Amino acid sequence: MSKPNEGVEKVPLHLADPHHHKDAIGAKMGMWLFLFTELLLFGGLFLLYMAYRLQYTQDFVIAAKELNLMMGTINTIVLLTSSLTMALSIAAIQRNKKTLAIWMLVVTVAFALAFMVIKYFEWTAKIHHGIYPGSPDLLNMPNGEIIFYGMYYSMTGLHALHVIIGVVIILFMLVFLIRDKITQHDYIKLENAGLYWHLVDLIWIFLYPLFYLIH
Amino acid sequence: MTDNHNKEHHLIGYGTYFMIWLSLISLTVLTVSIAGVNFGSIALLIALLIAAIKSGLVINYFMHIKFDDIIFKIFFLVAMATLFAIFVLTSFDIFFR
Amino acid sequence: MANPTIAEKFESYLDYPGMKKGLFGWIFSIDHKRIGLLYLVSMVLFFAVGVTLAFIMKLEMLSPGKDVVDPQTYNTLFTLHGVIMIFLFIIPGIPAVFGNFFLPIQLGAKDVAFPRLNLLSWWLYMIGGIFAIVSLFLQGGPIDTGWTFYVPYSIRTTTNVILPLLGAFILGFSSILTGLNFITTVHRLRAPGMTFFKMPLFVWALYSTAWIQVVSTPVVGITIVLVIIERIFQIGIFDPALGGDPILFQHLFWIYSHPAVYIMILPAMGVVSEILPTFAKRTIFGYKAIAYSSLAIAFIGYFVWAHHMFTSGMSDTSRMIFSLLTFVVAIPSGVKVFNWIATLYKGSIDLRPPLVYVMLFIFLFSIGGLTGLILGSLATDVHIHDTYFVVAHFHYVMFGGTIIILFGALHYWLPKMFGRMYNEKVANIAAGIIFVGFNILYFTMFILGYQGMPRRYWSYLPEYQTLHIISTVGSWILILGMIVMFWNLIYGVLKGKSAGDNPWGGTTLEWQIQSPPIMENFHEIPTITHEPYYHAAAINTEDNKHKKIDEGENE
Ligand code: HEM
Repeated sequence: MSKPNEGVEKVPLHLADPHHHKDAIGAKMGMWLFLFTELLLFGGLFLLYMAYRLQYTQDFVIAAKELNLMMGTINTIVLLTSSLTMALSIAAIQRNKKTLAIWMLVVTVAFALAFMVIKYFEWTAKIHHGIYPGSPDLLNMPNGEIIFYGMYYSMTGLHALHVIIGVVIILFMLVFLIRDKITQHDYIKLENAGLYWHLVDLIWIFLYPLFYLIH
Repeated sequence: MTDNHNKEHHLIGYGTYFMIWLSLISLTVLTVSIAGVNFGSIALLIALLIAAIKSGLVINYFMHIKFDDIIFKIFFLVAMATLFAIFVLTSFDIFFR
Repeated sequence: MANPTIAEKFESYLDYPGMKKGLFGWIFSIDHKRIGLLYLVSMVLFFAVGVTLAFIMKLEMLSPGKDVVDPQTYNTLFTLHGVIMIFLFIIPGIPAVFGNFFLPIQLGAKDVAFPRLNLLSWWLYMIGGIFAIVSLFLQGGPIDTGWTFYVPYSIRTTTNVILPLLGAFILGFSSILTGLNFITTVHRLRAPGMTFFKMPLFVWALYSTAWIQVVSTPVVGITIVLVIIERIFQIGIFDPALGGDPILFQHLFWIYSHPAVYIMILPAMGVVSEILPTFAKRTIFGYKAIAYSSLAIAFIGYFVWAHHMFTSGMSDTSRMIFSLLTFVVAIPSGVKVFNWIATLYKGSIDLRPPLVYVMLFIFLFSIGGLTGLILGSLATDVHIHDTYFVVAHFHYVMFGGTIIILFGALHYWLPKMFGRMYNEKVANIAAGIIFVGFNILYFTMFILGYQGMPRRYWSYLPEYQTLHIISTVGSWILILGMIVMFWNLIYGVLKGKSAGDNPWGGTTLEWQIQSPPIMENFHEIPTITHEPYYHAAAINTEDNKHKKIDEGENE
C-alpha cells in the first residue's frame, strides 16, 4: 500500500501557520455581526414587552409608579457619558495620545461601576419593599404588575449583565493599551470594545423610557 | 490590508463627540420633562421617537457607522429590517386576537 | 493559475505539520480542515445515540401497551431523540463539517476569518452536547417536554429541564459563531478575481445560511433563558397562572426554529448544486437564479414561522397571513429544483454514488415538500396537526433532505478530505437499502397519521398495529443500510486505494489542489478568471483517471 507520507516534502514552519492575518475591517465586521445577535436577543424581550404592555396597559402604569425616576435618569446620564469617554479614548489613541486614552478608559470603567452601584441601590430598595420575582407580596398583586416586574427584572438584569461583561472587556483593553498591544496603528481591539460598550448604552436608551417614563 | 485600514478611518474630532454627547443629554432632559405632560396615547410614541433619535446619534457617531464602509450600513439595515418584520408579523397576532 | 503537478506530494493537514502530535493536535487545532473533521466525528457519535433512541422507540411501537419501555421513558426518548437530532446533529450539520472544510478552499483562502473563534465554537458545541447528555443521569430524570420545550409544561415538569436548556443555549452560541465567521470569510477572504458571482453555489448557500444563524438564533436564545429564569425565579412571563402568555413563547420559539429548518436545508441544496454539475459534466443551469433563490429562501423563510401554530389559538388574521406566506416560500425552492433538472437535461450523466444520493434526495425531499403543502394550508392542517403525518413529513424533509445529502456530501468529498476512495459498488448498494428502509419506515407513518394516530404517544389503538409493525421493520432495514454505508466509508478512509486529486472531474477550487490538502490549502493563492462550473478549465481530470487506475494496480 502506498503511504501518503512517502516522498513528502516538509512544509516550512512559517508557512505552516496560515492562520495569522490581520484584517481590521474583517474584525469589525465580525463584531458588528455579533452586535446584531445582541440586538435580536434584546429584540425578543422588547417584543414580549410590547405584547404585555398592550395587554396590561393599566397595570403597567400603576406598577411603573414604584420605579425611581431620579435614579433611572441619573443612570441614563452616567451611561451616556461613559459612552462619550469610550469614544474619546479611541479618538485619543488615533492621535497617539496613549496616556489620555488610558485615562479615558479608566473613567469609562468608573462610570460603569457607578451605574452598577446605582442599579444595586435601586434593586435592593425594591427587594426591601418585598417586590422581587416570586415574592409573596408580588404574587398577591394583579397579573399585569407581576408581569411588569418580571419584565423589569429580566430586562434590566440582562442589561446589567452586559454592563459587567463590558467592564471586564474594557479592563482587558486597559491592559492591552498599557502593554502597547493597542497602538495608533492597530487599535481595532479597542474599537470593537467600544462598539460593544455603545451597544450596551443603546439598549439602555430604550429601556429607560419603557420602564421609567410610563404615565 | 493594513493600509486599507488607515485609509478608511475618518477621524472624528473631540469636539464633535462633545457635541453629540450634549445633544444626547439634552434629549434625555427633554424626554423627562415632557413625560409629565399629558399627551395621551401618543406619549409612548414621542418617548420612543426621542429614543430613536438618540440611538441614531450613538450609532452614527459613537459607533462610527456613518463613516464606515457601505457594507456596514447594509448589514445594519438588514438586521433592523429583520427585527422590524418580527415585530410587525407578531403584531398581527397580538392586535387581532 | 499554474498547472500544479499532481505527482509531487506535500505533507497534508493530516500529518501534523508544525502542530502538537496526537489528540491535542486535533482538539486544539485552529485549522479549519481539522475542525471540520472534529465536527464530523462528534456529530456522527451523537447521531448514533439519536438513532439508538429511535430504534428503541420503534421497538416500543411494535404492539399497543408496554413492550420495552414505560410511558415516562418513552417521553424522554422522543425528547432526547429530537434534541440530539435537531440541535446536535442537523443544525450544525453540513455547515460545520463541509462548510468549515470547504468554504475557505472554495474561496481560495487559507482559513476562515476567525480561526480561533472557529475552534471555540466546536468547544461550545461539545460543552452543549455534554450538558444535554449529563442531564440524563441527574436526579429528577431526563427531560420529557419534547424537543420544542413548550411552556407551561416545561416550567412545571419536575424533570431536568434547566441543564438541557442551557445546553441548547450554548449550542446556539456555537452556531452563531460559525455563522458570523462564515459571513466575514465570504466578504473578506475571497481570492483575487473571485467576485460574488464567481463563487460556487455551495458558498452562496452557506452564506445565506450564516445570515439566518446570526439573526434568528439569538431569539431562541433569549426564549430559552426566559424559561430557565421562569423556572428559578417565577417571573411570570410565560406562566399563564401569573398572567403570562404561552402563545408568545411559541412565537419566539418558532421565530428561530422555523428559519432553523432553512439552516438545515439550504446547505444541503448547496451541496446538490455542487454535485449536479460535476456529474452532469456541464455547467449549472441558471447560476444566478440559484444563487438568488438561496437568499430569497433565507429571507422569506424568516417570515413563515407561525404556520407551526395554526392550532395554538393565535388570531385568525395571522393564521391566514402565515398560511399565505408559507406558500410563497415554495417559489424559490421551485426555482432551484427546475434549474437542477435543467442542468441534468442533455448533460452526460455519470451515475456515481454522490449523484445516487442526490437522486434519493430529489425523490424523498419532493414527497416531504409536497406533504408540506398539505400541512401548510390552514384547513387541512387543523385535521392532521400533531399526528404521525407531521412526523412523517418532517422526517422526509429533514432526513430525506438534509441527512441524505449529508451522506451524499460524505461520498463526494471524503476522497478529497482523506485522499482515499471507498468502494463505489457497496456505496450504491447501501444507498439502495437506505432508500427501501426509509420509505417503509416513514411512508407508513403518513397513512397512520392520516388515520388519526397522534404523535408522541406511547401506546395506540389495536387497529394501527399492522402499520406500526411494518414501520418498525423499515427502521431495521434503514439502520442496516446506514451501518453498511458508514462501514464502507470508514473502511475506505482507512484502507481504500488512493483517490487522486480529482476523482470526479470537479471544477471548483477544492478539486484543483492536492488530496488530502496541505495545511495552508494552496501553495500560492489562485487567481480566479472563470465561473465555478466551467468544465473545460478543469485540471487533469483525464490524467487523474489513469493515475487512479495505475495506483490501484500497485496495491
Ligand atoms: C433511524 C432513524 C430514525 C428513526 C427510526 C426515527 C423515528 C422517530 C419516531 C418514531 C418519532 C416519533 C415519536 C413520537 O412522536 O411518538 C421521531 C420523532 C422525531 N424525530 Fe426521528 N427518527 C429517525 C431519524 C431522525 C433524524 C435523522 C432526525 C432529524 C434530523 C429526526 C428528528 C426527529 C424529531 C425532531 C422528532 C420529534 C421529537 C418530538 O416529538 O419532540 N429523526 N423519530
